[in-house]
Amino acid sequence: MRLKIILTLSVIAGVILAWDLHRIFLQVPDEANQGAIFRIIYFHVPAAITSFTGFYLAMFSSIGYLMKKDLRLDSVAASINEVSLAFASITLCTGSIWGRIIWGIWWTWDPRLTSFFVCWLIYVGYFMLRRAVDDPTARARLSAVLSIFACVDIVLVWKSIEWFRTQHPGPVLEIRGGGGMAPGMEAPLWWNFLAFLMLATVLILIRTRQETMKLEIDALRRQAHAF
Amino acid sequence: MSPQNYTFMFYGFTVAWLIVIGYVISIALREKRLREELDRVKRMVEEGEGTRR
Repeated sequence: MRLKIILTLSVIAGVILAWDLHRIFLQVPDEANQGAIFRIIYFHVPAAITSFTGFYLAMFSSIGYLMKKDLRLDSVAASINEVSLAFASITLCTGSIWGRIIWGIWWTWDPRLTSFFVCWLIYVGYFMLRRAVDDPTARARLSAVLSIFACVDIVLVWKSIEWFRTQHPGPVLEIRGGGGMAPGMEAPLWWNFLAFLMLATVLILIRTRQETMKLEIDALRRQAHAF
Repeated sequence: MSPQNYTFMFYGFTVAWLIVIGYVISIALREKRLREELDRVKRMVEEGEGTRR
């Protein structure tokens, strides 16, 4: 069943991505001020929203672990956070490349960029913490607490372009009251977001199965040591 | 528009795909290692049970 879901989602995500790439490169015109480089937004923003969605889902899974003490919920949270971190890395890299052309610099310490970088570092720290703690229960408890607190920074990242005057562009998408893109130019962004969500779901399903295998290996090891 | 604009757009898309591909490869390698480890530990347990009998 899981394999069927993985295959189905992979195929649908692949088809949407291929169709959307065709639209992005061949149908959407260059932006009047930025030119062709603006197309990076079609990967940058969907990757960012996918990572935020994942980090929040992981937070709920972490809360679930603290309430039920079920290690499977910790495995789910770790899997979601890892996949989300990969998408957050895409956001950082693509944003930096866009900034090099539009601002003439690779990086600047403005509130949006800094808060996102801090968010990325927190989740890198999350995985360093998981590697450093051997006891599965202590590891799950500590990483659940960190995963919950890390979500506070996501609110700061999300709202920073409204709260502060930043170098990063203000809200552009229609749902945030931006209205900075023509409907025909905004639609491929949401299709890419859908494809990224499906891709992330596939990767999370695979990673969760691997984390379950790790738990199985730990249990078998304990059994083997008991002889 | 400068040709650099197109070049950096290409860099952006390439980096994004490289991160996805690199991550998928790392997952595949971990899958292989975990399966080998699981088989090894299962064998260990079976041998342990055999010795106890």
